[in-house]
Amino acid sequence: MQFTQKMIFGGVALGATGFAMAPAQAQTMDVKVTIPRITVAEYHKPYVAMWIEQAGKPARTINVWYDTGKKNNAGTKWLRDMRQWWRTTGRTTPTPPNGVTGATRPPGAATISFTGGRGAMPALTAGNYTLVVEAAREGGGREVVKVPFTISSAGTGKGSGKGSFELGAVSLTVRR
Amino acid sequence: MTRKSLLIVAAGAALAFAQTAQARQWLLPSETMFTGSGNEWLTVDAANSTDLYYYDHPGQPWDAVVIAPDGSVVPVENRMVGKLRQVFDVRIAQSGTYKISVTSDMVMGSYMLGGEKKMLPRGTTPAGLAAAVPAGATDVQTAEMNNRFETFVTAGEPTTSVFASTGKGIEMIPVTHPNDLAVGEPATFQFLIDGKPAAGIDVVAIPGGVRYRADIKQLDAKTDAEGKAHFTWPEAGMYWVSASIGGRRGEAAATPPTPTPPAAPPQPEAPQRRASYAMTVEVQG
Repeated sequence: MQFTQKMIFGGVALGATGFAMAPAQAQTMDVKVTIPRITVAEYHKPYVAMWIEQAGKPARTINVWYDTGKKNNAGTKWLRDMRQWWRTTGRTTPTPPNGVTGATRPPGAATISFTGGRGAMPALTAGNYTLVVEAAREGGGREVVKVPFTISSAGTGKGSGKGSFELGAVSLTVRR
Repeated sequence: MTRKSLLIVAAGAALAFAQTAQARQWLLPSETMFTGSGNEWLTVDAANSTDLYYYDHPGQPWDAVVIAPDGSVVPVENRMVGKLRQVFDVRIAQSGTYKISVTSDMVMGSYMLGGEKKMLPRGTTPAGLAAAVPAGATDVQTAEMNNRFETFVTAGEPTTSVFASTGKGIEMIPVTHPNDLAVGEPATFQFLIDGKPAAGIDVVAIPGGVRYRADIKQLDAKTDAEGKAHFTWPEAGMYWVSASIGGRRGEAAATPPTPTPPAAPPQPEAPQRRASYAMTVEVQG
């Protein structure tokens, strides 16, 4: 594949600081993902992958949550359990670069902000896109939520979707 | 191969192989998408069964050949031939696509000896043909029977090095990679017979798990002039994709021989060339 993910940050938890401020005109995409609380005897936080699809273009992974705490980065072994992500784009870079990855997150809502054109996050020009979010939980299920959205000529847009089992509400806002 | 005047009843040949035509042969991989860490294991079930993918026929002593992405042959490990299936393991050390296949190339036919028609023994190979026909035999009439079934697994990104045609029997050349299939997406496979496009042959795809549903859910396709067949997968799972020529499920035996002109000497039907192909592929959902 011609597309290589760059080793910079793709996602920064909202409110995190320490990165150079983007120019005022920069495009920002906020993605809100809700991980449902599931009451089971043995709960493992799900692996989650997010990528952007656009007809005729390679899929772009923007964020991957996995068990980053294992010795020798052994948590990457289960990335393929996010089977749609793996097949679509994950296997082109079996060990995702640092900037794209993050630790798994507990149940609840998380908002991640991405800056267009920085790291793995493409600058989104006017057109139709789909944000795909896939969650796979060890010993549990796997679910994919697709959020279609349109970027206006002003470079903004929004969309939302909802999962039923392993994902709750997913929404996104692209702003300038 | 010698081809003289003939005396063989095609039905006889068909009967001899009817047993193998009844069931479906398959290789079922434990996983089709590997991380590519260099030290992963695949285990494969190999069986001959009526229903997919269950073990309901005797296990077979097949010798599966595993071709690695770099073209080398990887030895299978822990091979066990059980009462109902064969099992073996394959170490996945390279990145790319592996092909695991079982093939057999046989010759069927007959000859005349001392005024009697004799059938070639079952299991005669092309290499063993000369030895199988005794001295003094006449009217030797033969046809080849090539059988291939396989599956594919990929570590990391799919590659296509293992798909080179051997030019023998039915083979599948991917247009869509067999480890890149997903629900709702169209897939195209090209089929070859002896290295040339297999135009106008029937290809079926049957999803596994038939025991727990009423409908077999078979997908039917026919190859075009280039030997290409198209499928769009309605659901995720393992599919058995198969094509064959010549006497599939006794069809050839049921076909009446072409009438011969009364003036000519009796012209019984020649044995029919046969070839079959099957692959197990996973459709992601």
